[in-house]
Amino acid sequence: MGEQAVMGGPAFQGDQGVDKGKRNFLIAATSAVGGVFGAAVAVPFIVSMQPSARARAAGAPVEVDISKIEPGAMLTVEWRGKPVWILNRTKPMLETLAKDPGRLADPNSEASAQPDNCRNETRSIKPEYLVAVGICTHLGCSPSPMFTPGDASGLGAEWPGGFLCPCHGSRFDLAARVFAGQPAPTNLEIPPYYFMSDARVLVGEEKKGA
Amino acid sequence: MANGTTTSEKLLQWVDDRFPLTATWKGHLSEYYAPKNFNFWYYFGSLAMLVLVIQILTGIFLTMNYKPSAENAFASVEYIMRDVEWGWLIRYMHSTGASFFFIVIYLHMFRALLYGSYRKPRELLWIIGCFLYLALMAEAFFGYLLPWGQMSFWGAQVIVNLFASIPIIGPDLAIWIRGDFVVGDATLNRFFAFHVIAVPLVLLVLVFVHIIALHEVGSNNPDGVEIKKKKDPKTGIPLDGIPFHPYYTVKDIVGTVVFLAIFSAVLFFVPEMFGYFLEYNNFIPADPLKTPLHIAPVWYFTPFYAMLRAVPSIFGSQFPGVAVMGAAVVIMFFLPWLDRSPVKSIRYRGPIYKIALTLFAISFVILGWLGIEAPTPLYTWMARVLTVVYFAFFLLMPWYTKIDKVKPEPQRVTEK
Repeated sequence: MGEQAVMGGPAFQGDQGVDKGKRNFLIAATSAVGGVFGAAVAVPFIVSMQPSARARAAGAPVEVDISKIEPGAMLTVEWRGKPVWILNRTKPMLETLAKDPGRLADPNSEASAQPDNCRNETRSIKPEYLVAVGICTHLGCSPSPMFTPGDASGLGAEWPGGFLCPCHGSRFDLAARVFAGQPAPTNLEIPPYYFMSDARVLVGEEKKGA
Repeated sequence: MANGTTTSEKLLQWVDDRFPLTATWKGHLSEYYAPKNFNFWYYFGSLAMLVLVIQILTGIFLTMNYKPSAENAFASVEYIMRDVEWGWLIRYMHSTGASFFFIVIYLHMFRALLYGSYRKPRELLWIIGCFLYLALMAEAFFGYLLPWGQMSFWGAQVIVNLFASIPIIGPDLAIWIRGDFVVGDATLNRFFAFHVIAVPLVLLVLVFVHIIALHEVGSNNPDGVEIKKKKDPKTGIPLDGIPFHPYYTVKDIVGTVVFLAIFSAVLFFVPEMFGYFLEYNNFIPADPLKTPLHIAPVWYFTPFYAMLRAVPSIFGSQFPGVAVMGAAVVIMFFLPWLDRSPVKSIRYRGPIYKIALTLFAISFVILGWLGIEAPTPLYTWMARVLTVVYFAFFLLMPWYTKIDKVKPEPQRVTEK
């Protein structure tokens, strides 16, 4: 190509006798160093969008008085900005959980998130109290309680009582286990919690040494 | 260089010696030659710019009273609506403008499909336009969170969780987007930053680049023939071209007046458009503990939302639906190379393309309606069929445009 100038411009007289190899090396080296520093400068900006120290610290456990929850009633509390349900299940409610595990996608909660002491049929420490994060595992809506079983629920005669997600129709039983063939892939999450006394639950922490 | 005689001519000359003012005016307006046969469909480019101006102006005044925090956002919007002098007007202009932006852009894009405006040599023009459409969707999505109503909150929750469904990086990506483990104050604050500065800058740059690209290749027209092929041998001006100014500036003023009349009718009489422009659930403050019984995005996103819902989860992952939704937008970029027809305009195309385009338009509209409605098994199946129609329009295009029976294109533009 002879005396072709940098950037396609007209050749300068001064280009004659230029060491092209050295010039290309310098251009490449300068660009590489500039690129590395450019990428390095981007890091603080990108990382600044991560949860801040305050957001990370906001996950403090929540203490809940459960003595006022009537059998069959549910209390919703906020923990880490998410709804946490505490449902006081009645005997008939608990009886629905054992029926036909084949209807469920993950009856034994093998693929679902819960503390080890809640990996059981009722998904709870005390059978009557369900403590669950009320956020659908599909796309994060909060399912609505549909405790009335049967036709009165509008969900068909077979409906045992449970939860229905309004966004994409996922259905869960009274242990927050998802039924088979629903958009939600897994059961609702059970948060870590423990009973401080018969009347108080601490949501967000497992009992130490227990 | 001829020197002006009057003071204003001298001033203009002074400027021209330092900045290409006259040259720019000529190159882009008074001596930019556009085909003389533009029709109704050619209003929507200039109208899109008009809406952009409306949105930027009203947006500036809204930021003077809006507070981007989870605690104050909803109340500050109500404050604008009730206590700020004329605040209701400015806010409704902005919210109505958002929907009209999409109406205008969808018609503008449909014009390109009608007359083959994406074909060679306008491929880059089309691609820049696709990026503009993407940026506009991002702008609308970020803006929709700001009133911090129930639909704002749960809409953002669902959309951000779409990113969480991306394999491996998804969950961390969603946390990075939200800036918190849930949609909260941090999310609202950064969406405000995206909505009022980051994305508008991108939009403005893209609009500028879009127009530069258009004026480089020249406008297409309803006949889809290149006016630059037949030039006056003396002047070099296309025989079928007329200067954009004053001919099309005046035409666009007519379009602007009609547009503003319709815009005002909506603005003053039905600013909520029966819940389609402003969803009723968004008049309830965001409640992270309770999802409204029926949630749907605003109408301009619903065709894609219907596609998302139509795809069943595979291996317990929602990602396939997300991928289909993304592909529905990305596929538009490839349009210039999918179309193998020897003609551009629908006027000279054969029956196959006419049917394909009609089916495509119908599927897009019905998908939009399905995305608003609550899903039933029948609706889900309809959405599946229409999603296939939508993609077939693009993916089968290389074949059906080739075998289609076209009419011969004219040498010059026609006066229809």
